[in-house]
Amino acid sequence: MGKNLFNKVWELHKVKTLPSGQDQIFIGLHLLHEVTSPQAFQMLRERGLKVLYPERTFATVDHIVPTDDQRRPFKDSLAEEMIEALENNTKEFGIKFFNLDTEYQGIVHIIGPELGLTQPGMTIVCGDSHTSTHGALGAIAFGIGTSQIRDVLATQTLSMKKPRVRRLNINGKLARGVYAKDIILMIIRRLGVNGGIGYAYEYGGSVIDEMDIDGRLTICNMSIEGGARAGYINPDEKTYEYLRGRMFSPKEKAFERAKEFWKSVASDSDADYDDVVDLDVNGLEPMVTWGITPGQAVGVSEKLPRLSDLPEDQREVAEKAYKHMGFKEGMPIAGTKIDVAFIGSCTNGRISDLREAARVAKGRKVARGVRALVVPGSKSVARQAIAEGLDKIFIEAGFQWRNPGCSMCLAMNPDKLVGNEISASSSNRNFIGRQGSPTGRTLLMSPAMVAAAAIAGEVTDVRKML
Amino acid sequence: MLEENVRRVISGRAIPVRGDDIDTDRIIPARYLKCITFDELGKYVFYDERFDETGTPKPHPFNDERFKGAEILLVNRNFGCGSSREHAPQSIMRAGIRAIVGESFAEIFFGNCVQLGIPAVRLPHESIEEIMAIVEEKPETEVTVDIESKLVKVGEREYKAEIDESARSLFLSGSWDTTSMLLSALDEIKATASRLPYINGFE
Repeated sequence: MGKNLFNKVWELHKVKTLPSGQDQIFIGLHLLHEVTSPQAFQMLRERGLKVLYPERTFATVDHIVPTDDQRRPFKDSLAEEMIEALENNTKEFGIKFFNLDTEYQGIVHIIGPELGLTQPGMTIVCGDSHTSTHGALGAIAFGIGTSQIRDVLATQTLSMKKPRVRRLNINGKLARGVYAKDIILMIIRRLGVNGGIGYAYEYGGSVIDEMDIDGRLTICNMSIEGGARAGYINPDEKTYEYLRGRMFSPKEKAFERAKEFWKSVASDSDADYDDVVDLDVNGLEPMVTWGITPGQAVGVSEKLPRLSDLPEDQREVAEKAYKHMGFKEGMPIAGTKIDVAFIGSCTNGRISDLREAARVAKGRKVARGVRALVVPGSKSVARQAIAEGLDKIFIEAGFQWRNPGCSMCLAMNPDKLVGNEISASSSNRNFIGRQGSPTGRTLLMSPAMVAAAAIAGEVTDVRKML
Repeated sequence: MLEENVRRVISGRAIPVRGDDIDTDRIIPARYLKCITFDELGKYVFYDERFDETGTPKPHPFNDERFKGAEILLVNRNFGCGSSREHAPQSIMRAGIRAIVGESFAEIFFGNCVQLGIPAVRLPHESIEEIMAIVEEKPETEVTVDIESKLVKVGEREYKAEIDESARSLFLSGSWDTTSMLLSALDEIKATASRLPYINGFE
């Protein structure tokens, strides 16, 4: 019986089994940002400890940065305090910080792969639940809390219980105008928001094999919304070519040696899994969430579910969702008016996301009354977008072109919903209050669908506009 | 391990917070993540569910005088889903909670609770509903979470509880405070690093 990638990489990084039965796992890459790290560094100081492997530790600032005026000091004094804490901490402990005044600042899960820091066969952690994103390059990557950040800083390891591995075979043909975001929303709808608890997901199948790296990153990003703490895709030629030439990628002879290692960690063809699920994307439509969990999603031509048609254990949350959103059972989702359109986030803030959205926006105008933002995921993405003229396309259409940061995905910076505004958003969570207003409402969808909604002023099928 | 770190039996009054899929944004709104230390977080637990935009209190168990001073939180399914932010269990802990009893917990949230020494044990839906009803009627009822025997006792009743075995062992030994324990394997940590081909850039 062969081994899957997860088990191979776990064994390779296992320091020992602990008396509790959990494993002590070595962490190959530790990514930091300004929100979850200050208390961890404080705990280190209190114990008189140093960072054990500062050269395996990298920081960026993303959650709290304003996306319009980034001059210091920030208007928000708490945000200013947090970025200063990260500046001081990275300086004191000898850690590289891709700060706003560098060329490479951006959302942590966008810059990791971009810089070639994320590589196949590594274990990668960060104090952020969307760390699963990095699994798209064939790594074991997952989110951790602040006390675990402290442990990784001090010991480059943490104590973890090994999850089981579920293989998802995703086959069929993806229609035009249907993207990676729609696939992962379909998966979460099908398997549930807690379907993946206790599992790492291995995504595979013909659709994944044919998908570009940006799409794979989108899929792995939302693994956590399906309850799976880690999600990954086996590395292949696309992965190796993606990594060639990146800042922290091995070069020349070292690159060829790296490829051999990367090939060796991919799941064997006869690998064993704890569970296998088969999924088909034939007929998959652009998806739109309608409620207060990412699992409450429908295809754009569908009507919202009747409570009586839902399994009993989903009814209460659905009722709460209908009340919060002001929607009715049986209502079509298409035609829902929107107030705000947001293209960005670690889910869909990459160059291919901006290209797809720009294709829809080109030559068209944002509807009157809609506030539309495009937030490239990193300075590198912004530079490339500008070189391709995408910024001009968006500005011409009436979108605001912003600086990189987490922006409106979550309410930790000035980009927020006001009152009960409804947003069409390319981000990853639609929880009550997520986008900054307790009465605000979020509809998750692909970046192309967000662009279409911005132009139409309502949820609409982007395929008609391509 | 320090005796004060051992978590064997936790007793106190209970507070029920009903609802499935209660996420970390509801437990602690994102604007309260902008803190350099965790010290003040207890005040802001469930803030947007407890207070409206003008700061006027809304009905919520954490505003209810009858549950003041409760040390055991009762919840339903998939509690703590969403973000990895440790601020969520930190705010619950700093609001006085020492143990959580629920139908199920999101994985990262559960892991964060272990890191903080807060046992989170599972009971089936019917048992949770029963206990919530008892506590809502008689808030002074003593609830005991016995991690050693894997039992939850409510007044005269006893319920068999589930808890992940490795977490249980960490609570009973007091070694949930992991830093020193992990650091004691320094030689083995360095040995593991040396066998990873990417550590020296494949040179």
